[in-house]
Amino acid sequence: MSDISESAGHKANPLRWLVVAIPYLWLLVFFLAPFFIVFKISLSQVAIAMPPYVPAFDLAAGISRFFADLKELTFSNYLWLTEDALYWKSYLSSVGIALVSTLILLAIGFPVAYGMARSPKAWRPTLLMLVILPFWTSFLIRVYAWIGILKKEGLLNQFLLWVGAINEPLTIINTNTAVYIGIVYSYLPFMILPLYASLEKLDETLLEAASDLGCPPTKAFWLITFPLALPGVIAGSFLCFIPIVGEFVIPDLLGGSETMMIGKTLWSEFFNNRDWPVSSAVAVLLLLILVVPIVVFQNSQMKAMEAGK
Amino acid sequence: MTIRLFTTVAAAAMVLSFAAAAEDKVVNVYNWSDYIDEEILTEFTAETGIKIVYDVFDSNEILETKLLAGGTGYDVVVPSGEFLARQISAGVFQKLDKNRLPNLGNAWREIQERVARYDPGNEYSINYMWGTTGIGYNVGKVKEILGEDAPVDSWALVFDPENAKKLSACGIYALDAPVETLRAALNYLGINPDSQEPADLEKAGELWMSIRPYVQKFHSSEYINALANGDICIAVGWSGDVLQARDRAAEAENGVEVNYSIPKEGAQMWFDQMAIPADAKNIEAAHVFINYMLKPEVAAKASNYVYYANGNKASQAFLNEDVIGDPAIYPPEEVVQKLYTTTPFPPNVQRVVTRIWTKVKSGQ
Repeated sequence: MSDISESAGHKANPLRWLVVAIPYLWLLVFFLAPFFIVFKISLSQVAIAMPPYVPAFDLAAGISRFFADLKELTFSNYLWLTEDALYWKSYLSSVGIALVSTLILLAIGFPVAYGMARSPKAWRPTLLMLVILPFWTSFLIRVYAWIGILKKEGLLNQFLLWVGAINEPLTIINTNTAVYIGIVYSYLPFMILPLYASLEKLDETLLEAASDLGCPPTKAFWLITFPLALPGVIAGSFLCFIPIVGEFVIPDLLGGSETMMIGKTLWSEFFNNRDWPVSSAVAVLLLLILVVPIVVFQNSQMKAMEAGK
Repeated sequence: MTIRLFTTVAAAAMVLSFAAAAEDKVVNVYNWSDYIDEEILTEFTAETGIKIVYDVFDSNEILETKLLAGGTGYDVVVPSGEFLARQISAGVFQKLDKNRLPNLGNAWREIQERVARYDPGNEYSINYMWGTTGIGYNVGKVKEILGEDAPVDSWALVFDPENAKKLSACGIYALDAPVETLRAALNYLGINPDSQEPADLEKAGELWMSIRPYVQKFHSSEYINALANGDICIAVGWSGDVLQARDRAAEAENGVEVNYSIPKEGAQMWFDQMAIPADAKNIEAAHVFINYMLKPEVAAKASNYVYYANGNKASQAFLNEDVIGDPAIYPPEEVVQKLYTTTPFPPNVQRVVTRIWTKVKSGQ
């Protein structure tokens, strides 16, 4: 009996290896290899050449040369980042914008997801469809559309003037307000979907039991609904927070000159300064900053999976 | 009439003869947006049988990043002077084969001499267009705010905080091009506009900071529409773009009168140069294209459309009167003497320049 099961296990092995290898291969090819290239450029020095830097070391030049180069490696580009207030200011401002946007997203997304989960079962697929519908249009076009809505002679101002709410057109485009509007609009589905997924699973009999035992609805919400929706809250928040920190398109199109985000700083370092080494250093640091929330997210996911067992 | 008939017949004959031989010939051109009369492209293909793939960019930075990364697939690109100089030293371009450019004799010597500062001996590039960086203004509104004697012929119109403050109510835009805006400030301050000293550039940055609260936006193309619609009063911008705004306003008959001024203190003269990347695949076709653009009638057609001066002396006979006769496009000799050209910043100064400009734009 034991013999049979063992041989079966042996036969399954190569396939099992393949299944395990694919994600690792994916990680290697699409994350570690590009990261290594960027990291290598971040250690090099800028030059007037094609490409515009002098490589810090060259693996093809032979082992002895490689070790000689290794001794001369400098982290001067990283030091430069600490010396100039611009970089940490834009890191901080990016994290701040991401934090505030995530809170706004949560405040809007939670009631929407809650309403969807509490709606009659027959409506739910339609409601879900409506949340996903914007993805049918290109993200870039939707952000451009906001320019038309928010600009001085745009739809919003015309409407407000027509209603009589304002006398002078508001300046919204090219300000941080426009950036928040753009971000909240673009990321809302990413907040609603995980929230909806966890709220829909919620066992309503628990709430009935609570009310039978005399628990007021608000208290029941905080004691039962919210804790059970927490995995969705965490998933939605990280799903929004992490990409917002590195956002470039929205601040570039809707933001003004006072909008500081690390994505824009990186762009100007790369394009205006032609400084590939420093922009690579900025990118490596950005990644390190994002690794912290990603690890926290992974941990909470693991816990949720274990709890699910 | 007979001449036109003859050229049509000749062109048709050429199309027929070339069509078979040059079926696969193609040239990939990468030029600035809104910078050519598209008829030129169809006529080029009709005459030479070479297919043209025409692609556009809107900043030197984008072009340079692509060129430095290599393998762009473009056969002709059009960078501006300082960028060209840096790209030449980075080894981006190949020398032109002047034997394949018989129309080179049409070039304007004076422009070639000025361009030699960026491209010594004119070995790598041919001028497409040149222009100045000055001030576009709404004639009516500026007079209304600053009075009849408004200093429209001076950089003081923008750089004097008193004026900028008054004009800010109706709107000031400026180019988002530090290399040019900081030089204009240096020139206004009486410092050599070609200074490479970080201390001087800091002073230029301070001047911009003093008028920063009154500048609504730094952008390199939106001012065309904003000026034409009468949304703004002042734009620090490129000559041809302001003149396009002037014409759009005139066509719209919206009562807006736009004018372009080369300030009396002087202004930057810039050059957009056609060049062939070292890794271009269709070198022969690229030369044919550049040679075609050097034809007097073709260069004139391009200038008549985009309102920029070209570097083609022979084309001047074919220019419309509102182009050749406009001192904002073809400035008289005494104004040309006051136009300055500048050399590229070395990398460490470039870094300072970008930093100063980021500070100006973000206002902190």
